[in-house]
Amino acid sequence: MDITRFISTHKKSLLVAFLVLLLIFLTTFPLYGGVYHVRVLIAVLTFVILAASWAMFSGSTGYMSLAPAAFFGLGIYTMCVLEKELPFLIIIVIGGLVAFAFALLVGLVTLRLKGMYFAIFTFGLVVFMSELINYLEVALTGTHGWHITPLGNTTIFYTMLILAVVTVLAIYFIRRSRLGLAMNSIGGNEDAAEHMGINTTRVKVLTFAISSMFMGAAGVITAPILIYVNSSIAFSTYYSFMPILMAVFGGMAYLYGPIIGAVVFAYLERIVRNEFPDYFMIGFGIILVVVILFLPNGLVGLVPELRGKLGGVIAKLRKGGQAEPHANT
Amino acid sequence: MPILEGQDVTKYFGGLTAVSHVDFYVNQGEIVGLIGPNGAGKTTLFNLISAALSISAGEIRFKEQKLNGLKPHQICKKGVSRTFQETKVFGNMSVLQNVLVGAFFGSPNRVSGADAAREATQAVDFVGLSAMSATPIQDLTLVNQKRVEVARALATRPELLLLDELMAGLNSTEVSEAMELVTRIRDTGITIFMVEHVMKAIMGICERIMVLHHGEKIAEGTPREIAANKKVIEIYLGEETYAGS
Repeated sequence: MDITRFISTHKKSLLVAFLVLLLIFLTTFPLYGGVYHVRVLIAVLTFVILAASWAMFSGSTGYMSLAPAAFFGLGIYTMCVLEKELPFLIIIVIGGLVAFAFALLVGLVTLRLKGMYFAIFTFGLVVFMSELINYLEVALTGTHGWHITPLGNTTIFYTMLILAVVTVLAIYFIRRSRLGLAMNSIGGNEDAAEHMGINTTRVKVLTFAISSMFMGAAGVITAPILIYVNSSIAFSTYYSFMPILMAVFGGMAYLYGPIIGAVVFAYLERIVRNEFPDYFMIGFGIILVVVILFLPNGLVGLVPELRGKLGGVIAKLRKGGQAEPHANT
Repeated sequence: MPILEGQDVTKYFGGLTAVSHVDFYVNQGEIVGLIGPNGAGKTTLFNLISAALSISAGEIRFKEQKLNGLKPHQICKKGVSRTFQETKVFGNMSVLQNVLVGAFFGSPNRVSGADAAREATQAVDFVGLSAMSATPIQDLTLVNQKRVEVARALATRPELLLLDELMAGLNSTEVSEAMELVTRIRDTGITIFMVEHVMKAIMGICERIMVLHHGEKIAEGTPREIAANKKVIEIYLGEETYAGS
């Protein structure tokens, strides 16, 4: 019981200590981690970015976007086209901006659609982008796909780490800002939000673009790992569905929900896929069904629930079996 | 001096005329009631004023400025706020957060965090819910959710408040409390335009009443005049007495 009291009184400093340790662990990881595990961690970080930025927009506004792959793929292709022209860091920024601008355009046209229609449109967008890029590629270059000069694992690891930290920090501040409140109120009741003075179209389009920007930047950094890229690799629906599954799995009520979901899911996926390449998806399917059925608020939704139950037990023990006063007496 | 004026206000839904050539006005500081049978077009008229629906013909002016063509968020920032017949609260938030949204975004000027928090706390206090400030809104009864809607609307600092069936489903004690609340709001200088079915409330606090039937305005006057109006009794009030007997 002293431990629980210690945790609750020193919550903030414990959290800071944990984050510092985590950051030290991550920044030193390539020194002892080994190539394979560095690769795994890069994938984990990529999905942290995708899942967190997806949940930032779709989780809070309730607009289900199935388009992460469209913006991620756009980032990958930005790298393909500009690889030999510009430095890596600048391409990352450009990739983010390209995705931002494209999302702005898409958002202006489609964020008037509600519910199912928006989801279907965004899904169609991924397929459309894949076909369009494929067509353009053949028409303009006469070839199919691109080779990208590989970069060192360590370089990619550190760039992805920095982007992940920037993304998570940005989302943290956005969630706490007026924009975050506006997004939440759209998710709560869009009509009421509009009548309370919120320009809902502007908020939706802007936040959709911001979340897509991180996805595009992550795409740029991912490109050199792939070495060979074509439109069906870059715009694979895998990059749309995995982040969504991870965010749902982790729970979207808190910022750390999608992050934990991405870490657990992406890590498991890499490990399990190596061991059971034919069956791993079945396992994930089962896990997901169980989570949706029994943990509607995801993995992190368990925390307050358990705390509530535990609190009740502790209170009972403290009272030493005294009858609880009834609320109506 | 009318704060809100409508001229020839008309709304078609396909072939149906929901609101037909209605002229109306609400004076500064008044409490005006809008009554009529179900489907008479009362909520539609409110939706036209708050721009939830676009107007088919006619003109609505607030403080002599045309509201036609504005979006709901712009209308709110001009100083017209509303509640909804079917409560529309932000189900994912606490009571205070619901009201904070109004405080943050309802004013034409940028509101600082501290000001918004103060405004929201005051509004929650005003409707008598300060004890439930941190409660998730989903845990409140319908009566209290309606009060939160009023607080949220007040937090936008309106000059005109549209109340859409605030008292539907309340018992008689709650109706009296709600009447007292409406009067208190008016006493702070806010003009009130309200749709209501509860006759006791309408007759008790409104200075003027407008009656709609099939989208047309069939009568207008003081509560006493309306209560004595033959046409109104036949169409609307008669039903009530009939149902009550």
